[in-house]
Parts: sequence; structure tokens; C-alpha cells
Amino acid sequence: MKIIKVGASVTQSNDRDAALLREELRAKGQLMVNLMSSPGSGKTTLLSRLIRDMKDVKIAVMEADIESAVDAERIEALGAQAIQVHTDGMCHMDAGMTRASLEALEDDGAQLIFLENVGNLICPAEYDTGAGLNMMILSVPEGDDKPLKYPLMFEKSDALVITKTDALPYFRFDTALCTARAEKLNPGISVFPVSAKTGEGMTALEEWLRGKLTAWQAGTQKEA
Amino acid sequence: MHEMGIVLHLAKTLDETAEQNKLTKIGRVTLQVGEVSGIMTDLFTDAWDYFKKKHPMLEECVLELETIPGVTWCDNCKKTYETVKYGKTCPHCGSGETWLLQGNECIIKEIEAE
Repeated sequence: MKIIKVGASVTQSNDRDAALLREELRAKGQLMVNLMSSPGSGKTTLLSRLIRDMKDVKIAVMEADIESAVDAERIEALGAQAIQVHTDGMCHMDAGMTRASLEALEDDGAQLIFLENVGNLICPAEYDTGAGLNMMILSVPEGDDKPLKYPLMFEKSDALVITKTDALPYFRFDTALCTARAEKLNPGISVFPVSAKTGEGMTALEEWLRGKLTAWQAGTQKEA
Repeated sequence: MHEMGIVLHLAKTLDETAEQNKLTKIGRVTLQVGEVSGIMTDLFTDAWDYFKKKHPMLEECVLELETIPGVTWCDNCKKTYETVKYGKTCPHCGSGETWLLQGNECIIKEIEAE
């Protein structure tokens, strides 16, 4: 027996797969957005709104869930390409699973591909999926203290979308405090308070996404 | 489930190392796990023992875990402290302007193989 010094992170192979996938997508002009949140934060409702509002951009959605196809059916009903990915109990998506999902999507030229990660604020933040952008959702009913409880998720995200702002009158949720807590963890994070139901705040988020897509296609988007 | 995912990634990295070094059998792997990495070492060992039986190259592989202590840096008073004991707030000055220096790693330190 001989001893071999490895000195590599356990996730090294995943990081490499993710970097490769990211470059392949960039070469095709496709921006993949890794969407992370708790269950019930309104991911599918937000995506439905984005698809309806952003008719100028071709959008596809990969819905990762442990079971069922209810989310993908909702997206397809809006006319966007969607697939349901079953993770068979796994709590997050990694680069290999994402690649397999993209192959199953049988891409027909989508510019913006949303990967709806498993509803969970912990493990999805630890695995690079190969996405060009990481976006997280925090809904008003979940509370403004989540940046304190799940710091890694906020550190890894390029954008924080605060959903269900139409419910603000009914909850003690301080948007400014939540934003300050998120910015303390991640000074570069962009924060968008929105209501996918009323449409409030959606324009700013959509403009941000369009800007990121243009920059990505121009090759100037920094590595996620 | 999280621990099983890490085991799968570990096995993949070991497969690649074996291929590069033309190894057929790995007898021991030493893993350095950060105190605040979120990895439950008991669960991780169970997941490993379950997995290795299905992987001929790793069948007899012993998993050794070394702990990397969590250390946080306080940007206000420029001192370090134990992360597990004090969390995000500096025990020296009470500041919240603190950053984790080490303790969230999961590194394959070395393997013993033939």
C-alpha cells in the first residue's frame, strides 16, 4: 500500500463538471438560473408570472422535486417548455443531475433556462449546478430572520427575490431589515421585493434578468 | 440524504484519483471535516459503510475522519475566536462584523492504496 496525498475538496469533481457545463451553455448563448428556496415560497407562481411577462425571451423550466409533476404541468399550461425532474429523495441538484436534466429537456433554443432546485435552503447552496446565476426566493410569510438562519444560501445568491409582498399587511416582515441582513452576508446581492400575484415590483426583476441575459450572451457575465 | 450525496461525490473523486494513479484498491481514506460544515459524522460513516460494499475498489476501505475546528475572525477587534462556542457574535467585543476563517471544509487529505 502506498500513501497518496490528495488535498482535494470532496466536491471537486462536481465543481469541475459544473464549470464545464456553464461554459457549454455560455457557448450556446443560454443562461441557466438556479432558483432556490423553501417549499411553498412561490417559485412556480413567480416563474409563471415571468413567462407571461417576458414574451420576448424564450424560457424553459426544469422543475426538480422529490415526487409528482404538478409544477411542470402548471408551467406547460403557459406554453413554455418544462420538464419535471425527480431527484428520488435527494435533497439537492448537482452538476451531473443538471446535465442529465438538460439532455432530457431536449432543448429547442431556450435563452433562459430556470432550474427550480429542490425546496430547501441548505444543501442546494452547497452544490454548484453549472448555472450562470443563482437566485433565491424568500416569501414574506417565512420571516425576515432567514438570512440569520441560513447564511450560506444568501452568500451564494446573486439575487434575492422577496415574494408575496401583497401579504405584507398581515405579517411582521421588515423588508428593509431583511435586505440589510442579506447585504451584510453578501454585499453584491440584488434584492427584489415582488408580488407575482399583483405584479408589483416585477418590472425591476424582469429588467435585471434581461440585462443579465444580454451580458451573459456577450460573454461579460462574471463566473457565478 | 445530504450525507449520502457527499459519499457519492467522494466516491467519484476517489475513482478519478484511482484512474490517474492506476490504483485497483483503496485501503484507507482520510477526510478532513470542518466543525461547522454541516456534515453529521455518524450519519456520514453509516452512509459510507453502506455504499462501499457496492463498490469493489472501496470494499475494504477504512474511513478516517479528522476534524478541522471552526475559527471566526472579528473584523472589528481583529481577533479570532471559537465559532462553535460563540457563533456570529465576537466574544471579545460583541461585534457582528465577523467572518468564518475555517471550519466549513470537507477535504480528502490522503488515501492509502495499491
